[in-house]
Amino acid sequence: MATLNLNGKDVSLPDDPRTTLLDFLHQHLSLFGTKKGCDHGQCGACTVIADGERINACLVFAFQLEDAEVTTIEGIGNGADEALHPLQQAFIERDAFQCGYCTSGQICSGISLLRELSNEDPSAVTYSRSRNSTASLKEDISERMSGNLCRCGAYPNIVDAITDVIALEKQ
Amino acid sequence: MQPFNLHHYNGDTSLDNFPLSNTSRFLAGGTNLIDLMKLQVETPETLVSLAKWEKANAITEDDNHYYIGAMVSNSDLAKFAHTQPALSILAQALLSGATVQLRNRATTAGNLLQRTRCYYFYDTTKACNKREPGTGCSAINSMNRIHAIFGTSEHCIATHPSDMAVAMMALNAQVHTQQPNGNTRQIALRDFYREPGDTPHIENHLEDDELITHISIEKKANGTQYYHKVRDRSSYAFALVSVAAGLKIDDGRVKDLTLAFGGVGTKPWYPQKAIRVLEGAEITPEVISQAAEAELSSAKTYGSNDFKPELLRRTLEKVLLEIAEHQEKHPEHEGALYDNA
Ligand SMILES: Cc1cc2nc3c(=O)[nH]c(=O)nc-3n(C[C@H](O)[C@H](O)[C@H](O)COP(=O)(O)OP(=O)(O)OC[C@H]3O[C@@H](n4cnc5c(N)ncnc54)[C@H](O)[C@@H]3O)c2cc1C
Ligand code: SF4
Ligand code: FES
Ligand code: FES
Repeated sequence: MATLNLNGKDVSLPDDPRTTLLDFLHQHLSLFGTKKGCDHGQCGACTVIADGERINACLVFAFQLEDAEVTTIEGIGNGADEALHPLQQAFIERDAFQCGYCTSGQICSGISLLRELSNEDPSAVTYSRSRNSTASLKEDISERMSGNLCRCGAYPNIVDAITDVIALEKQ
Repeated sequence: MQPFNLHHYNGDTSLDNFPLSNTSRFLAGGTNLIDLMKLQVETPETLVSLAKWEKANAITEDDNHYYIGAMVSNSDLAKFAHTQPALSILAQALLSGATVQLRNRATTAGNLLQRTRCYYFYDTTKACNKREPGTGCSAINSMNRIHAIFGTSEHCIATHPSDMAVAMMALNAQVHTQQPNGNTRQIALRDFYREPGDTPHIENHLEDDELITHISIEKKANGTQYYHKVRDRSSYAFALVSVAAGLKIDDGRVKDLTLAFGGVGTKPWYPQKAIRVLEGAEITPEVISQAAEAELSSAKTYGSNDFKPELLRRTLEKVLLEIAEHQEKHPEHEGALYDNA
């Protein structure tokens, strides 16, 4: 039977191939942490991590992810004691949200960003950094997070929360 | 969304096994096709998913060429191109497009074949010759700020929205394809797209049953390279105007120039007239202005996009002057303008 692995558990793919991953999470698995903002790839509220890479759950059919390992916000916290991920904690400490609608997507995106930075993946801003010495880690984070809109405008605090975790990881 | 029959292509079976026609579509990353299917702009009866086509995920090279599999993601291609000084322009273009999430899913072939972002094309309540041939063009006398100035016709003025394709146009990429009868073809990207004419729904020279297998790019020095994209916000927006340029200067004159424009054409725009003016010339504001004028002689604007010729002139001037200056200082430089300035 065709499955994908969701937060560590195998789940059968939906019968109707028209089901996007996002609708699959909501309508078949009752996992509502991942949000639907636009349903067209334009907001990032639906960001999840598939095989280690962040993607928009609204623009992928569930069947395209057969055998993939998908992590949603529900799978981010660690272990039996359900400790928060350092980035979740940093979001609380930095007040990195207001209404919270974009937050699960921001956090999945931010966690992927941490990995992308440590892999030294290029971004549009790493290109021009050497030219403009004022280009900073914060600008690079903003560029890498541009796929997650926040209607409440919590951007500065989101960038601060991510910066905190990068500093933590360096210790 | 309309129901469809689903098939999987894994690269091992013949394409002959699939009911390919003008009502079938290949599904790559899905970031464009699924979006259009939700809106019923696209209503394929058959989808052939390429998700299991592992072989098409590879980038390989020999002495003379890079070979990029059709399914290589925009992220992976950007990472690879970033390590190759001669492909800097491609890395820059890719990284300026969409977002990390989208680039992780978007594929090389899908990016080349993405449809326009014309608002009326997306709105099924509006007339649109590209979506429904013969119904008329809602953009031509209306809001057309994001629309084309080159290659337009009275039937359609929509731009091709890709950034990657602009860099590939400059780099003279070749598209390799396969058909159910086993035939393979190689088409230069510069000849791959069609201008709208009176058939704006036909956007390129692929047959309905033809699959892109890979892209090849010749290995050659491209000098100092710069992809400059002008848009409404600094990230996560399509180009209003973009210029992809690579330049080698010898003895104060243009030795090698690779150039293409985005956001201004009904296809990624290869500006032959401008290139002819610039070849062998000394790069000065006057020469750049002549080159821009030569290309713009065939431009046509439609009201809200009247600003584009001037924006293109200025962008071209900025890009060429900056890379020429860098080449003068570092004649052997190969890579991004801002690498080690
Ligand atoms: C919000 C948003 C912002 C974006 N911003 C940008 C941007 O700034 N710059 C930019 O360049 N792009 C941008 N994009 C577009 C994005 O780059 C494209 O959606 C993506 O490249 C399409 O690739 P895909 O693999 O997902 O294609 P799909 O959606 O799977 O397919 C697209 C088309 O290609 C055909 N196809 C795919 N593979 C093959 C093949 N091997 N052979 C034959 N036909 C094939 C499909 O049948 C379909 O018609 C944006 C998209 C979104 C949603
Ligand atoms: S410009 Fe082309 S895509 Fe846009 S409405 Fe006119 S015909 Fe349709
Ligand atoms: S809901 Fe997927 S990007 Fe907005
Ligand atoms: S916290 Fe409200 S949308 Fe971001």
